[in-house]
Amino acid sequence: MIDVLTAPLNYAFMQRGLIAALLVGTVCAVVGVYVVLRGMAFLGDALAHTILPGIAVGYLVNGANRGALFWWALGAAIISSLSIGVVSRAARIREDTAIGIVFAAMFALGVALISTVRNSAVDLSHFLFGNILGVSEHDLWRIALFGTVVIAAIVLFYKELMVVTFDPVLAATLRLPVQAFDLLLLILLAIAIVVAIQTVGVALTLAVLVTPPATAALFTHRMHSMMIMAALLAMLAGVVGLYASYYFSIASGAAIVLVSTLMFILAWAGSRLLRRNS
Amino acid sequence: MMEPSVSVRRDVAQVAAVPALSLHHVTVHYRQHEALHDISATINVGEQVAIVGPNGAGKSTLLKAIAGLQPVSSGTIFYFGADRITPNEIAYVPQRLQIDWRFPVSVIDVVLMGRVGRIGLFRRPSRHDRLLAQRALERVGLAAFANRQIGQLSGGQQQRVFLARALAQEARLLLMDEPLVGLDIPSQDEIFRALVTLRQEGVTVLTALHDLQQAARYFDRVMLLNRTLIAFAPAREAFTAANLVATYGGHLHLLSSGDGLLTVADSCCNPSLDNTL
Repeated sequence: MIDVLTAPLNYAFMQRGLIAALLVGTVCAVVGVYVVLRGMAFLGDALAHTILPGIAVGYLVNGANRGALFWWALGAAIISSLSIGVVSRAARIREDTAIGIVFAAMFALGVALISTVRNSAVDLSHFLFGNILGVSEHDLWRIALFGTVVIAAIVLFYKELMVVTFDPVLAATLRLPVQAFDLLLLILLAIAIVVAIQTVGVALTLAVLVTPPATAALFTHRMHSMMIMAALLAMLAGVVGLYASYYFSIASGAAIVLVSTLMFILAWAGSRLLRRNS
Repeated sequence: MMEPSVSVRRDVAQVAAVPALSLHHVTVHYRQHEALHDISATINVGEQVAIVGPNGAGKSTLLKAIAGLQPVSSGTIFYFGADRITPNEIAYVPQRLQIDWRFPVSVIDVVLMGRVGRIGLFRRPSRHDRLLAQRALERVGLAAFANRQIGQLSGGQQQRVFLARALAQEARLLLMDEPLVGLDIPSQDEIFRALVTLRQEGVTVLTALHDLQQAARYFDRVMLLNRTLIAFAPAREAFTAANLVATYGGHLHLLSSGDGLLTVADSCCNPSLDNTL
């Protein structure tokens, strides 16, 4: 029985994958609480996709150097998140429409750039669906560093970010720099997404942002406990998902997301039962 | 009725020389058209004022302009003698529809938000902050609800949480945009009782209201607003037939009640459709 748990740990790539799953799960779940509370799910999904041209350009310029690709991806995410605001204001259209335009354009640009490279199919699927078992020690350090930055920013500005999210009108009357905090959240979201790309890929990033906080929201009514519970759920989903991936030969990113979804469904059913009995 | 106490209070307020709020020829544009034209008014410290007028009259816009949430095109607003707001001194209670009541915050969390400006960056609420928040909740009768999630409260209780937040903020000027919308009669009474508490604290209150009878009954003075300021006086003087027709135009039903006070039913529109930013 113990063997079932320890056997995969004999492989260094599984050890690194597990650490990556814990780190990414925590960072994305904590940032994801804001995504859920502010209704930014569509923006989160769009940002994950807009990273593609950054990765493509990075690939064309620096080759497969992961460290360089990280910076290209982060740059693309930040540029997209800023340009969504600019497009929305300048063209006087609703923000979700602006997100749609920027998201589709950037993703198309990414696909176009990648299609100019021969033999691109394999590499593209890595970015679309992630490859947590290919995480290197360098990658782990980078994820840990940026994850720490994100969590530290959220702890430092916790009460301000809460006011800006819950009651922007109060924030404005208190003369808090609302736009600066909105921007900070966008940048934190961009970092979380770039970190997550490595493990679950462009297509599934939204799930690690949204599903654990949504599950936690079923059980708690304080923001900090929602963050802690979401992080724990995400870590659990990461570990269980990776083991499932190991034993059943399922793609790792998909396995993590499916476990996370299963936890949401169970939690939802459980909370319904609890409510009926009380 | 309320008349004797009202006049006493105004005498007291006149002793305090500097008014809480003073509007000088304030004009505000909202989406390119003129929402408020040349508003001038002086509101004394501790006074409670109701702003009434039809939908689209600019009640919300006026409150937002005073709160500094909406830029003023021309004219000046003075706050306690100064031409700019001291951020923590002004509290703005938004319309109920603008709040996400499922948000994972407890009642005490919301009240503590009023302290955020005074606590400052990188600091946590001190014992003093928590004490003030707790005391503010006691004053609006919600001490027992401190740890409830805000969505679990009744409409009147939710609205009182925001009054407690203004108290915890130590605001001297409280602006409320239609605080009674969607509340049943007992809940509305809770709000009016909480307003008495604010009066004891010396907080100056400006409230946009729909119900003219409530405006007459609970407030020192009423502003009749329809893009311009048509009247600003105690209800008995302000609610003349001429003023009401000027304010409400065609949407008006005048009824003469026993004590000579005219009552009006605004036949138009759902208050929740009121123009919001």
